[in-house]
Amino acid sequence: MADRHGAHFLAAILAALLLSFAGFAAPLAAQQNGARPASSASPAEDGQWTMPSKDYASTRYSGLNQVDRANVGRLKLAFTFDTHNRKGHEAAPLVVGNMMYLTTPYPNHIWALDLAKGGRPVWVFRPHPQPASQGVACCDVVNRGAVYSNGRLFFTTLDGMVYAIDARSGRQIWGTKLGDISRGETITMSPLVAEGKVLVGNSGGEMGVRGWLVALDAGSGRIAWKAFSTGPDKDVLIGPRFKPWYASDRGTDLGVHTWPPEQWKIGGGTVWGWISYDPKLKMIYYGTGNPGPWNPQQRPGDNKWTTGVFARDIATGEARWFYQSSPHDLFDHDDINEQVLLDMPVNGRMTPVLVRPGRNGYMYVIDRRTGQVYSADAFGFINSMDGVDLATGRLRMVKDKEPKEGRVTRNICPTASGVKDWNPSAFSPRTGLLYVPHENLCMDEGVFEANYISGTPYVGAEVKMYAGPGGHRGVFTAWDPVRRKAVWEFNENLPLWSGALATGGDLVFYGTMDGWFKALDAVTGKQLWARKLDSGIISQPVTYRGPDGRQYVAVVTGVGGWMGAIVSAQLDPRDPTAALGAVNAMKDLPGLTQPGGKLYVFTLPR
Amino acid sequence: MSSPFRARAVGMRLFPGEGRGPAVRPVPLGPGLRRGTTLLALLLALPACDREQRDMAGQPKAETKSFVTSGDPRSAEYENNAFHIAQGQKWYGWFNCSGCHFHGGGGMGPPLMDEQWIYGGRMEDIVASILYGRPNGMPDWHDKITEQQAWELAAYVKSLSAQPRQDALSARADEMSNSEPQTLQGRKKVVPENMAPPGSEDR
Repeated sequence: MADRHGAHFLAAILAALLLSFAGFAAPLAAQQNGARPASSASPAEDGQWTMPSKDYASTRYSGLNQVDRANVGRLKLAFTFDTHNRKGHEAAPLVVGNMMYLTTPYPNHIWALDLAKGGRPVWVFRPHPQPASQGVACCDVVNRGAVYSNGRLFFTTLDGMVYAIDARSGRQIWGTKLGDISRGETITMSPLVAEGKVLVGNSGGEMGVRGWLVALDAGSGRIAWKAFSTGPDKDVLIGPRFKPWYASDRGTDLGVHTWPPEQWKIGGGTVWGWISYDPKLKMIYYGTGNPGPWNPQQRPGDNKWTTGVFARDIATGEARWFYQSSPHDLFDHDDINEQVLLDMPVNGRMTPVLVRPGRNGYMYVIDRRTGQVYSADAFGFINSMDGVDLATGRLRMVKDKEPKEGRVTRNICPTASGVKDWNPSAFSPRTGLLYVPHENLCMDEGVFEANYISGTPYVGAEVKMYAGPGGHRGVFTAWDPVRRKAVWEFNENLPLWSGALATGGDLVFYGTMDGWFKALDAVTGKQLWARKLDSGIISQPVTYRGPDGRQYVAVVTGVGGWMGAIVSAQLDPRDPTAALGAVNAMKDLPGLTQPGGKLYVFTLPR
Repeated sequence: MSSPFRARAVGMRLFPGEGRGPAVRPVPLGPGLRRGTTLLALLLALPACDREQRDMAGQPKAETKSFVTSGDPRSAEYENNAFHIAQGQKWYGWFNCSGCHFHGGGGMGPPLMDEQWIYGGRMEDIVASILYGRPNGMPDWHDKITEQQAWELAAYVKSLSAQPRQDALSARADEMSNSEPQTLQGRKKVVPENMAPPGSEDR
């Protein structure tokens, strides 16, 4: 009896040890849902952060785990760097070797900081973009960051330039002009660099711009291919290899025929968000922006190829498939959000998918080989749409909520800025969850006929936004893409306009618009650490291994962007329609924070 | 429509087609009362009449070739004039000014209802900003609109910051849904920047 009892006791201890060990080293068993990043698009952890999305799969996950749930409470400030720029800072800092590269909004400077010397600046690149570009940037003069590849930094400026600069010296290697501000074209996005190509698209969906994505040769800066989002098939690079899953996307020159005559020439579909790349399939994935103008009555038809996701061959730009999330978009629901490339069980079989938290509020799981939508589930409050018909792929609209000329449509949820705007989510392979920073806002909208005048706004809508049900304006949601439901939610007073970061220490980081930088438990959603910074956060936090081998967490403040323009551009809160209605939802922000771009880097005390 | 001002204004309108609502007839009153009221209305109307004054000579005005200069006589003609402000309000929507500046709160462009005038807040400054543009994003309009439209726009823009006379402002809000007509808004009087002593800003 005594022996048997002892054996049981030993087994229990062993089991407990094994369990606790598993908790540290292996994925968390309780949460395991079988989802993992596409392996070819998510290389092993190297402690760096060379592109805003971290990897081609766009996980924004770092395997570094020195900072974990047990010690994150002791996180302390290591150093800061002031950009002396008071506009909205949306860019992710990059870390390559011992260097950090920081991109600012207009006038689009890049700072190189030496991490081995406490963040001392080594060089700064000042491209002097045209000042007039500020007048055609719809939503603050933001930039979403540079990309590092092969000794070079690639980045865009507001006036439509793309630059390649030598990462060591800060000297320009080439500069290529792509956008034309006299037509309202700007560039705000961060390029994607893969297979020797630099991919860049335009902004200006509120200015009657015709959207495009361009591939530049990374060596020379010359245009390799250009794919428009509207117009005839030859402009859209639609050819025999284009095999969309749904019948509504098949036909000749739909980019012309789904518009009133000539309207496609000023029809939007700009490309200003995120691109993912699958090196195995050699396909890129990106979304197109809203059709113009916002007033839907001026553009009857499905308005292809706006507000949808394209899969293209990276070498030639040929379209492979397309899925239109919002045919004949009613609400400015740009489809430019990130696509996270995962391999995960769908109907019991491991499937290569892309998961995209859409602006319209549906979490899409799409087969990245074919464009078939497996599921589309609401991850926030929606009353203007009624789900997606998976047989036809079509979004079902709620008739009462359709904006029409001559009336004001009240209480449309979500807003034009969507359940989630540009700010990217993060995926942790340890929990199998997608961490989505987003909004909870509704709006009133009145539409009227817009006049097209080149280089001026082409919108035809008046909007007034306010908090959605519950009164909180932001939510941080941990979403299980396999079980298709939220695992936990963390409500925020202000809309979330910062990206998310997930780490191997089972932490998720994000910032709020009033300047709180937070770490939550990736498993439970419990807030474990927070630090109030001088300005609101709308950028993308990153983590890296410093030259001393320690893990650092970096974030840039600088409130602004569409939601924060009331502070960065000192808009007047007495006009509820200001900044396309965002000001009405953000009247209190000037009392909660102030403008100011500054890098903050945190680490554990020695 | 009990105010004699309101009734008088409607009666004085020259082009009903450009009106801002159904025509309103004066309310019939008793004979004794009527005589007194008419006199009173006339007395009251005398000083207020200039808000509707326009040059109706019938000849189109020549457009000037040179830049708008300080002390342009047109400032007095357009500012505080109900017709020109109302016309300016219409152009403001038609020419997409509201796409950048919205209804004074700003967005892509700076706010127009506050007390800050980046390039000056006099009529001449505003007209110059509209016609010739400004380097940080304000486009130039001299080849897209007439000078008269620019002056009318300036008159409306200036009215957004509540500097003109309240009785010259439009009772109709152009925005569809979101804010009240200017005459119903409780706005504080703002002293033009170039007239205010330093440090006198009240916010």
